[in-house]
Amino acid sequence: MMSWNGKKERRHLRSGRQVTLPFLKSVEIAVKSIRARFFRSFITLLSLVLAISFYSYVSVNTILLQGILLSDDFPGVERLVQEGDGALDPANDPKQRWILFLSLLVCVVGIVNTQLMAVTERFREIGTMKCLGALDRFILRLFLIEATIQGVIGAAAGALLGTLVSLLWSVARFGSHLFMVISWPDIALSMVWAMGLGCLLSVIGVLYPALVAARMQPVEAMRGRE
Amino acid sequence: MEGTSRIVRVVEVKKDFPMGKGVIRVLKGIDLSILAGEYISIMGPSGSGKSTLFNMIGGLDKPSSGAVYIDEVDIAQLDAYELAWLRCRKIGYIFQTFNIIQVMTALENVTLPMVFAGVSPMDATKKGMELLDMVGLKERFNHKPSELSGGQQQRVAVARALANDPSIILADEPTGNLDVTTGGEIIDLLKMLSIEKRVTVISATHDFKMLNVSDRVVWVEDGRIDRIENRDELSISMGEIGER
Ligand SMILES: Nc1ncnc2c1ncn2[C@@H]1O[C@H](COP(=O)(O)OP(=O)(O)O)[C@@H](O)[C@H]1O
Ligand SMILES: [Mg+2]
Repeated sequence: MMSWNGKKERRHLRSGRQVTLPFLKSVEIAVKSIRARFFRSFITLLSLVLAISFYSYVSVNTILLQGILLSDDFPGVERLVQEGDGALDPANDPKQRWILFLSLLVCVVGIVNTQLMAVTERFREIGTMKCLGALDRFILRLFLIEATIQGVIGAAAGALLGTLVSLLWSVARFGSHLFMVISWPDIALSMVWAMGLGCLLSVIGVLYPALVAARMQPVEAMRGRE
Repeated sequence: MEGTSRIVRVVEVKKDFPMGKGVIRVLKGIDLSILAGEYISIMGPSGSGKSTLFNMIGGLDKPSSGAVYIDEVDIAQLDAYELAWLRCRKIGYIFQTFNIIQVMTALENVTLPMVFAGVSPMDATKKGMELLDMVGLKERFNHKPSELSGGQQQRVAVARALANDPSIILADEPTGNLDVTTGGEIIDLLKMLSIEKRVTVISATHDFKMLNVSDRVVWVEDGRIDRIENRDELSISMGEIGER
């Protein structure tokens, strides 16, 4: 049997006394957790999908309108100019930006709320993992990976939805002539941005709940809710 | 048991919990030495402080005063990494409520401590299957906890506790949520381990069937050790219980 007496020896042996959780294994566990809690994940995702789709909607609208303005011979241009600044560049319209900001904020608050509940439900699991040798940062990492995956999925759905709605609405408004002036690379780029933003919001939303969970002592985590 | 080392030493351990404005004194000074390879039962009525003592010995909670030594190392002195290492490699925990991770299969539950210990996936799977075979659940390796009975879940927990060949198995009311037969099977399993694998088994319980297999029984009453009995002395109190 290994003896582990003495400070010196302990320090010496510390490298051999590591506990680890390989990154791929964390991803595997995170995916399992998401799949096992599909409904909860779905609710967490929903607010994200809505907020990101609104964001995408606004930014794609802007791209489309700019495309229209830049082409001289587009039939709807006069009407747009009449409607004024806000219609020309929705992303820079203060009212529009304020609504956008609020919707993203509500989204983060919603995520924090559902994640806090989700973490509470998982106290026992977290405590058990700690008893098996998990470090605080393993727990933190699991939650962050879960949030990132959820962020990618939710934001992708949101970006698609927002872009689609914006395209349909604009086509209804200006006619299929619109497709001639659309800058597809810009739209693709805006979707990438939307997905990045979605991941960020998702991770921000889980940060506090995950920290609470990770710092918990095993006994605290396993006591209480039976 | 001469020549065997003291694997656990509990010295003057007291534990208070804050309660409103005051404190509730749960452990009122516990002294206990446990030898490597022993099968120890901590017996006592509900609320006497068994689980609290269990948490102290397992490094899951810190005493208010006093110290717990494992292999003569004061575990209060360990940093977070060393403590995690201790929980991962040195001690296997078994709980009344099984605490199998719900989203993982039986095999994944058993291999998780080996993942933390840095064992390669292939070796972990091999060892995990051996352990599941040992507890009689080889065919069920791919089952989720929800598809297993209480007794089967507790078997998975036993297999998981053994994953990294710990020198100590700590079991808090391992039979508390099981019927008599299944509980008996878990007790037999623990006894078999203590004999074959030479692990030290420390189990908090008020299941009198534990008495038959214990080398020593520590009777706890109201946060103190009432008495410690060796196996040969046990027949007397067993008789008493039989009469009741
Ligand atoms: N975290 C805690 N806070 C307050 N009181 C506690 C806490 N944990 C245990 N106790 C109290 O300590 C006493 C002993 O509890 P416990 O160790 O669980 O007993 P046992 O396992 O022997 O049934 C009980 O009265 C319980 O209410
Ligand atoms: Mg108890």
